Amino acid sequence: MSPASGPAAVSGNARVISCLDVDAGRVVKGVNFVDLADAGDPVELAARYDQQGADEVVFLDITASSDRRETTVDLVHRTAEEVFIPFTIGGGIRAVDDARRLLRAGADKVSVNTAAVSRPELVAEIAGEFGSQCAVVSIDARRTHGGAFPFEVFTHGGRTPTGIDAIEYAIRVTELGAGEILLTSMDRDGTRDGFDLELTRAVVGVVNVPVIASGGVGTLDHLAEGVVKGGADAVLAASIFHFGAHTVAEAKAHMAAAGIPVRPADA
Amino acid sequence: MSRPLIAVLDYGIGNLRSAQKGLERMGADARLTADSGLIADAAGVVLPGVGAFGPCMAALGRTGLDDRARAAAASGRPFLGICIGLQLLYEGSDEAPGMSGLGILPGTVRLLAGGVKRPQMQWNRLEVRTRIPMLAGLGGAWVYFVHSYAAPMADNVAATCDYGGPVAAVIADDNVWATQFHPEKSARPGLRLLENFVDQARSAAAVAWRAS
Repeated sequence: MSPASGPAAVSGNARVISCLDVDAGRVVKGVNFVDLADAGDPVELAARYDQQGADEVVFLDITASSDRRETTVDLVHRTAEEVFIPFTIGGGIRAVDDARRLLRAGADKVSVNTAAVSRPELVAEIAGEFGSQCAVVSIDARRTHGGAFPFEVFTHGGRTPTGIDAIEYAIRVTELGAGEILLTSMDRDGTRDGFDLELTRAVVGVVNVPVIASGGVGTLDHLAEGVVKGGADAVLAASIFHFGAHTVAEAKAHMAAAGIPVRPADA
Repeated sequence: MSRPLIAVLDYGIGNLRSAQKGLERMGADARLTADSGLIADAAGVVLPGVGAFGPCMAALGRTGLDDRARAAAASGRPFLGICIGLQLLYEGSDEAPGMSGLGILPGTVRLLAGGVKRPQMQWNRLEVRTRIPMLAGLGGAWVYFVHSYAAPMADNVAATCDYGGPVAAVIADDNVWATQFHPEKSARPGLRLLENFVDQARSAAAVAWRAS
């Protein structure tokens, strides 16, 4: 399967994705990836989101290092026993073997970030071996404020600039076989000011694979905006769900009221 | 109630464990296996799968599971193909021109047409065309799809979803059942379908036992 890049085609039912940032087997979510606060057991939380009607769960292993890799495999293993909606795992995936271990343990998709920036062929290798449907490329982007291009790719949890044009990069990885783009605005992440809709639109406009908008959700309106104004196929949020500000059911009802087709939370 | 033995064919590709876990949750003794004895003894056989047609078909060939899958389907025992496991049942696919599929069902799997994003990666609603045990409790259910290719529309299409037109979502051809969506990833309705399959396997095994 080689999804072509190009303008977006007809979109379908929007997905609401709950994101769990995981460190050493525990869920954390920080403001701009600093000041982390513990919000519980990832498997329990994921199962709760499944029951609440979330369409997917994403685990981002934000401090993945080689000595912790077995913890992550174990997390995936346990999740597959309790969670019957799709789940993605990202963080520390540098080679096809890393992807294989996580998929074998029960993950549906793997998300690559830093390793794909250093070596984009990794995307082609994962897509070639396991299919594009499980090859998610996570792009952390920041505005350049008057640079040669509008948005720049950052790596290492948003700390390291790369000098790479985020829009060009999205096209490139899609051509290499990425089946989905998880697009995070590092300017907005943790701010609760809403998605960077310009960034979302810019990427949605150039690739023909699903785009997940991420970074900045503070209200239910923000989720609806991501789809209606940003053109995203899916919206991802963490804090608003974790700390009980809103349930997934409320999010879906709100989106449906805004005219967005979604799977009802009680379906 | 007995826990019928379900052989989940393990050809070493992608996430096959979720299907096994879903079947276990719904009352089966589900084993990930490539063992011919176990597959021959199973009350039901599942061909799960994620990934691309070519590599999956090659892996089936390498492990000898292509012949075992054909034999299981021909035995009359309940058989369930999931996602790429549905597509592999056909004679071939646009995804791997020139490569033969299992040929259990006639026709060729085609690229999704009609100006739609590929893959279809979303939850979508089932429209049931044929009321069969497999789909008990699933009328209008929302289920999770990830695919860029689809089976040909024919009489054996028991349910469709709408994605730029009707797309084959469920196949029921005698004892051979298949879903384009992932029941093991479709929350309650998906688990219900797996339960329907486990029930079918349990009854078929009981009938076979009485006849022997």
